[in-house]
Amino acid sequence: SPQVVWDMLGNRQFCSYKITTKTQNFCRNEYNITGLCNRSSCPLANSQYATVREEKGRCYLYMKTIERAAFPRRLWERVLLSKNYEKALEEIDENLIYWPRFIRHKCKQRFTKITQYLIRIRKLTLKRQRKLVPLRRKIERREKRREEKALIAAQLDNAIEKELLERLKQATYGDIYNFPIHAFDKALQQQEAESESESDAEKEGEDEEEDVDKREFVEADDSDLSDFEDMDKLETSSEEEEEVEKKPSQSKHKGKAPLKGPARRKRPHMEIEYEEETEPTVKAQTA
Amino acid sequence: GEVGSPPAQERVLFPPTFSVSEIKNKQRRHFMFLRWKQQQRKEKLAAKKKRKKEREALGDKAPPKAVPKTIENQRVYDETTVDLNDEEVAFDEATDEFAPYFNRQTVPKILITTSDRPRGRTVRFCEQLSTVIPNSHVYYRRGLALKRIIPQCIARDFTDLIVINEDRKIPNGLVLSHLPEGPTAHFRMSSVRLRKEIKRKGKEPTEHVPEVILNNFTTRLGHSIGRMFASLFPHDPQFIGRQVATFHNQRDYIFFRFHRYIFKSEKKVGIQELGPRFTLKLRSLQKGTFDSKFGEYEWIHKRREMDTSRRKFHL
Repeated sequence: SPQVVWDMLGNRQFCSYKITTKTQNFCRNEYNITGLCNRSSCPLANSQYATVREEKGRCYLYMKTIERAAFPRRLWERVLLSKNYEKALEEIDENLIYWPRFIRHKCKQRFTKITQYLIRIRKLTLKRQRKLVPLRRKIERREKRREEKALIAAQLDNAIEKELLERLKQATYGDIYNFPIHAFDKALQQQEAESESESDAEKEGEDEEEDVDKREFVEADDSDLSDFEDMDKLETSSEEEEEVEKKPSQSKHKGKAPLKGPARRKRPHMEIEYEEETEPTVKAQTA
Repeated sequence: GEVGSPPAQERVLFPPTFSVSEIKNKQRRHFMFLRWKQQQRKEKLAAKKKRKKEREALGDKAPPKAVPKTIENQRVYDETTVDLNDEEVAFDEATDEFAPYFNRQTVPKILITTSDRPRGRTVRFCEQLSTVIPNSHVYYRRGLALKRIIPQCIARDFTDLIVINEDRKIPNGLVLSHLPEGPTAHFRMSSVRLRKEIKRKGKEPTEHVPEVILNNFTTRLGHSIGRMFASLFPHDPQFIGRQVATFHNQRDYIFFRFHRYIFKSEKKVGIQELGPRFTLKLRSLQKGTFDSKFGEYEWIHKRREMDTSRRKFHL
């Protein structure tokens, strides 16, 4: 009898559907109407019981009566409720006529809640869905490592500085910057003398393209391609260039001693004394 | 055991069929491994010294120093590498979607937006990005579908659309779409640093139009991406502003930096980083505007096929 069942399961012994928390007891039984573990809402402890459940978007009313208590297979009777909200409420009333008030009320409440969440589901599916893509840990780690290594290999500051100096040399800035011309021309002459064959084609190309106003983009490509392709060839020649170029710039820097005082003062000193030995360090910088 | 009794000689000769990994005892194995390692190091040092001696002995006749192998040196040759004087490429570029920009027919106007419900970091990043890119506007995305935004943008004369995707409160993706029927590139964004996280003592970027540096975009695909980036910025940089935005491609990672430069002399330039920085990795390039279902993809990163070699890069 239901009273005995409740005595055992509800209060004293173990019920596998029961979940206890600090303030509340919940019932995990799928036919439970309120979800709480109570004397009146336990489907096992009430021989006359009803619930509303939904399957694939349609709501059903499930009923259990004493007469069928001996036939577990036929225990729960299922009635399809209409899609119309008011009609479905009437159907619940019809089916549960003469049933206790509590169950009727709770069934209707549950049905209301279910229809509300079904409406929400339908609305959300119309909006844009967020697609969750699982991250693969190994791949993430690999990408991160590769990015770090690429960053180190990129030497961004040097690359940017080189590019800017290139642009200055190619006179893209016009007359904004005034630097003493003699050192400039000397350096230019040196460059032309040493890398004539390589730079001639590039310079011609650059002159043409400057007219077509693709200045910013194409020049960068040119200089970088040439940098990276001809780096090997230009290595030996560029070292000599740098040595020669440093000398006129050093003579100029002596006049500008206040800039970065101690460092600048040291450098001309070193250059003059250990002229040959600075070659390895220069090589290290270019390579 | 054996730890206390190593032979005192310098050169320990291991029998040729001996392998350190065959010893079962971990302590002994570790010890043997260390000894083996020491020996290897000694041999290497001796070889180095010998080579150096030979080099000095030869003096001027010495062969040039070997260039160390780097990944960039060993890069698998990509057949789509753009030649400098390639006519076909030049013709393509004269007739592709960026031609109006490069012919100065359009002025770039950029719309920056995010995915739904952006968090503070993303919002700040968007603001900083809009200060970096001139003529750009940030709009809050109120759950609107991109397909509906795009026709509106075209109607209002925007040339580019940037959508920053966010996940777990940090921006992690970027969709760059050139609007009038232009290509759409989808990047993965990483290492985003906002202005206050960068160690520098500069002020904020001014309103001047910055210069653009595009480094290392060698292949055909890289070329088109580079042009996409270039088309974000107005054509005539204001050199008074002395600002430069750099997109540097290294091993398929595109690093974005924003600097202020000053020429101290004609051989020396100082740069100071202002502005946000981030790295991008291209995930896909689509022919038309953003359309994930029916779009025609020009290039997608397929991990299984493309990530097999460490020396193969696509940009």
